Amino acid sequence: MTRNARDFWTGLIYIFFGSSAILIARDYGMGTAIKMGPAYFPTILGGLLLVIGVISVIRSFVIPGTPIGAFAFKGLLLVTVSVVAFGFVVRGLGVAIALPLLIIVSAYGSTRFRWRPTLVMAAGLTIFCVFVFLKGLGIPLPIIGPWLGG
Amino acid sequence: MELLSHLALGLQTAATPANLLYCLLGVFLGTAIGVLPGLGPTATIAMLLPVTFVLPPVTALIMLAGIYYGSQYGGSTTSILVNLPGEAASVVTTLDGYQMAKQGRAGPALAASAIGSFFAGTVATFLIAAFGPPLAAAALKFGPAEFFSLMVLGLVASVVLAQGSLLHAIGMVVLGLLLGLIGTDVNSGTQRFTFGIFELADGIGFVTVAMGMFGLGEIIRNLQDEEERSVLITKITGLWPTKEDFKRMVAPILRGTAIGSVLGILPGSGSILGSFAAYSIEKKVSKNRAQFGKGAIEGVAAPESANNAGAQTSFIPLLTLGIPSNPVSALMVGAMIVHGIQPGPSVITEQPALFWGMIVSMWIGNLFLVILNYPLIGMWVRMIMIPYQFLYPGILVFCAIGVFSLKNTEFDIYFMALFGALGYLFSKLGCEPAPMLLAFILGPLMEEYLRRAMLLSRGNPWVFVQRPISATLLVLAGLAMCSVLIPAFSKTREEAFVEGSG
Repeated sequence: MTRNARDFWTGLIYIFFGSSAILIARDYGMGTAIKMGPAYFPTILGGLLLVIGVISVIRSFVIPGTPIGAFAFKGLLLVTVSVVAFGFVVRGLGVAIALPLLIIVSAYGSTRFRWRPTLVMAAGLTIFCVFVFLKGLGIPLPIIGPWLGG
Repeated sequence: MELLSHLALGLQTAATPANLLYCLLGVFLGTAIGVLPGLGPTATIAMLLPVTFVLPPVTALIMLAGIYYGSQYGGSTTSILVNLPGEAASVVTTLDGYQMAKQGRAGPALAASAIGSFFAGTVATFLIAAFGPPLAAAALKFGPAEFFSLMVLGLVASVVLAQGSLLHAIGMVVLGLLLGLIGTDVNSGTQRFTFGIFELADGIGFVTVAMGMFGLGEIIRNLQDEEERSVLITKITGLWPTKEDFKRMVAPILRGTAIGSVLGILPGSGSILGSFAAYSIEKKVSKNRAQFGKGAIEGVAAPESANNAGAQTSFIPLLTLGIPSNPVSALMVGAMIVHGIQPGPSVITEQPALFWGMIVSMWIGNLFLVILNYPLIGMWVRMIMIPYQFLYPGILVFCAIGVFSLKNTEFDIYFMALFGALGYLFSKLGCEPAPMLLAFILGPLMEEYLRRAMLLSRGNPWVFVQRPISATLLVLAGLAMCSVLIPAFSKTREEAFVEGSG
C-alpha cells in the first residue's frame, strides 16, 4: 500500500494530464527544433509532467507522509453546484431568480446557515447587483428571463 | 536632473482628479479586504478586473496596485487590534502587536505600523524610480533566449518559495504551462486541446482561473473549518507614541525596509517572506530582545515596514521586465495585455506617463493609507465582525457576474466552478495554486520565446547557456533550486510557512 496518499494521488493526476497532453498533441504537427510545430512544446511539457507524476507515485511507496484529511464534500458540492446552476439558468430565468438561487444554495453550505438572514441577504444583494451591474455597468443579462416570459 | 523630470511627469499623471479618486478607491478597497479574513488580494483583484476594463489603462493599474498594497496595510490593523491577521504577510505582526494592544498600547502599535509602512513605501517608490530605468534599458538588449531563461528563473523562484513539496510545486508549474497553451496556436493557427469547444479557441481566461482557484477554492477551504470568530476589542487610547517609542522604532524600520525591499524583488515571494525575515532578524539583533513576543514595538515596526516595502518592490520585475513575480502581479500583466499594453522593458520608453504615473501614485496611495486609517479604525474593526456565512455568498455573486461579464458567456462560469473544485482538490493534496497561475500566464510567452530562440540558433539548444546573460539567469535558477536541498534553508522555509499559515 501507498504510504503517502498526497504524493500518490497528485502523482496520478500529473500522469493523467501529462499522458493526455502527449496523446492529444500527436494530432498536431511536431515540426523540428528549428521550426517548432504546435505539438513540440506541449509534448515536452507533457513528458516532463509524466516523469514528475511517476516519481511522485514511486516516492509515495517509499517515503511516508501525512494523511490528506477529511474532505469538505458539502461545501465543495454546494459551492460548485450553485455556481454552475447560476450559469445554467441566468439567461433563461434572469438574475432575479438566478442570484437568490446562487446565494441560498451556497449559503446552505455553512454550518451556521439560517433561513431568515439568508433570505434578507439574497434580496438585498440581488437588488444591489441589478442596479450596479445591469443598470450601471450594462452587463447584458435579463432581470426576468424569457423562460418566465420576461 | 532626469529622475526629477520623470517624477514630475508621474505626478502630473497621478494627480489628475480621476486618478487620485481611483487611487483612493483602490487603497480603500484594499484596506477593506486586508481587514476581512478569507478574502485575499488575488481573488479581489480578479473580481474587480472586469470593472477596470472600462477605465483608461493608467487609472486601472493605479487602482489595482492600490488594492494590493492597501491590503498589506489593512491586514496589519486587525492583527494589532484583534489578533486576526487578514493577510498572510501580517501574521508576525500579531505576535507583538496584539500584546501591545492588550497592554493598552494599541495606539503606538498602530502608529509604528503606519509610520514604518509609510517610510518603507516611500523608500520603495524611490527604489523603483531609481532602478527601473537602468534595468529596463539592460532588458532591452535581451533576446528571446534571455527572456526564456528569465521566465525559467521566475518560475523556479516561485517553486522554491512555494509551500509544501518541491516536486509538487514543479508539477503545478508544468501543469500551469500546459493549461496556458489551450487555444489557438499563434504560429500555425492549430486549435490545441480545445476538444472542438468553440469557447476554448481563445484559451481559458486567466481571470477565470484566478477567480476559481483563489476565490472559490478558498471559500470551499474556509467552509471546511468554520471557526467561531469571537472578537475581543481593545480600547484604543493614546494614539501617539512616546519619544522612547520613536527612538526604538528607527532602526527596526530601516532594517525592515531594507530586508523587505530586497526580498520583494525576488519572484514568487511577495511580502510574506520579508515580514517573517525582518521579524526574526530583529529578534536576534535588538537590544530589547527579551521583550519580543510580549509587546515590543520593534516587533511591529520591522515586519510592517518589510511587508509594505516588499509589496511595492515586487512591482520592479513587473514594470521593467514584464515578468510577474506573484499572482497579483500576474493578474496585472493580464490587465495590461487587455488594455493593449505589452508588458516588458519597452513600457518605460513607450508609455512613460503610465510607468511614472503608477510609481508616483504608489507614494500618494501610501499617504492616503496613513490619513485614511486613523479616523476609520473603528469602521475597519466593525467590518472584521461580519460573519463569514454572510460574506462568502456575496463573494460568489461577484465572481459569477464578474467572470460572465468578461466575454458575456456562461461558459466561463462553468470553467470557474471547475477551477474552484480543482483548486480545493490541489490544496488538499498539498499543492499550492500560486506557481500554477504564474505558469499559466507565462505558458504562451515561454513557448513563443523558445521558438524564436531556437529559430535564431538554428535548432541549437545550447544557445541558452552560450549567451552570457541567459546562462547567468539559468545558473541563478539552478542555485535557487539547489538551495532548497540545503538543510538550513529548507528548515527556514518550513518555519516561515508554518508561522505564515498559522
